[in-house]
Amino acid sequence: MHPSPHDATGTVIDLHDLVVVLGRYPALAGADLRVDAGEIVLLAGPNGAGKTTLLRACAGLARPVRGGGTVLGFDLNRERDAIRSGVGLVGHRNGLYADLTVEENLQFWGATAGASRSDVAAAATAMAVDGRLLTVPVGRLSAGQRRRVALAVLVVRRAALWLLDEPHAGLDATGRDELDQLLRRAAQAGATVVFSSHELDRAQLLATRTVSVVAGRTEATNG
Amino acid sequence: MAEVSRLAIARAMFVKDVRVEIRSRVVAHQILPFAALVMVLFAFALDATNVLTRVAPGLIWLAVLFSMIIIVQRTFAVEATDGALEALQAAGVDPVPVYWGKWAALVTQLLVLELLLIVTAIVLYGIEVRAGGIVLLVTTAISATCGLAAVGTIYGGLAAGVSGRETLLPLLVLPVASPVLIGATRAVEAALGTGGTAIAEGWPWLGLLSVFAVAFGVGGSFAFGPLIED
Repeated sequence: MHPSPHDATGTVIDLHDLVVVLGRYPALAGADLRVDAGEIVLLAGPNGAGKTTLLRACAGLARPVRGGGTVLGFDLNRERDAIRSGVGLVGHRNGLYADLTVEENLQFWGATAGASRSDVAAAATAMAVDGRLLTVPVGRLSAGQRRRVALAVLVVRRAALWLLDEPHAGLDATGRDELDQLLRRAAQAGATVVFSSHELDRAQLLATRTVSVVAGRTEATNG
Repeated sequence: MAEVSRLAIARAMFVKDVRVEIRSRVVAHQILPFAALVMVLFAFALDATNVLTRVAPGLIWLAVLFSMIIIVQRTFAVEATDGALEALQAAGVDPVPVYWGKWAALVTQLLVLELLLIVTAIVLYGIEVRAGGIVLLVTTAISATCGLAAVGTIYGGLAAGVSGRETLLPLLVLPVASPVLIGATRAVEAALGTGGTAIAEGWPWLGLLSVFAVAFGVGGSFAFGPLIED
């Protein structure tokens, strides 16, 4: 049974003393992270602090050499496939096919998750993907439009936990405002959002809580 | 959320890959002309009808092999450009049907390519297809294509996340695919009767091609996930 947004109650992420080594250097050096359902958590920190690795570890993509915990109730070290099926990770790239239309992209990702055509239409609507865009190839969309489609993929997959690595990057002011609205809407609909950003002023307005990541450790948390 | 069958994922991957090709027309507009050009250049280089007729089966499969490497590079470049392959991993999508969907799309494209190359060989090289050899020719094309597509999909996935994949892929694929090149050439020689070989001499080579296709098909099912993961 894969998790769905409706399963994501209580503690969604509970990780302790996480150490992840990339090459010869520890990208995470004992990070802790606890996130409850419905939160929008900002990971703040300088470049190279370990924010991306922490997001990838939460997605079950970066293997810890020490430490562990649970994501969506699944053990990080032993149940990574189950974690992945309930998590949506959008990194610096959107994971879309430029030659396919928006609708075809959503149908493809929906098919990998057992979604119906009506789920696809609902996901597009939820992420404010204009109906006229559905027949446009993704390669012709603006950066903001592509980011919305990437988020619609998370909706159509019914990801309970959204992990977003610098989602505001490359967007203009309007695109950033729209993105913030969509993330708030997703959280209200039951998703839990963890994201990284360098634009602290904007991001802190969006986040319900901020976690600082410095030198591979989560140092300070404020509400 | 309903559990997703492997067949549904493989079908989605197949349809997606074919759609991408229909939209981009890279195979139709670039790779098919490239393969035909290779055949024409061979015709100029080996400018003697008897030589061309004799070596035509080998030239066809060499052109298929070179073209396949370009198709595989293209199909995995599409996956890598915007991080779709990593997104599939991150979404926990079962890699086995991903492998089979990509394999089926590659088989489809290669069969179209082979049809074009055989027609080109008939026109350019003056080879004749014996009525009795048609079954051997068709089954050889299918078996060899299944094996080549299995190898191409495995190593395409392996090279997708590696820098310098454009040069790495041929180095990985060509040695492994050499049994297909040899077996398919011998079987097609028998089917066409070039070099005076009898049709019956082709069937053992078809057996080799079938074993190769099954071995790499099954092996690819198990290996594809770990290969794209690491």
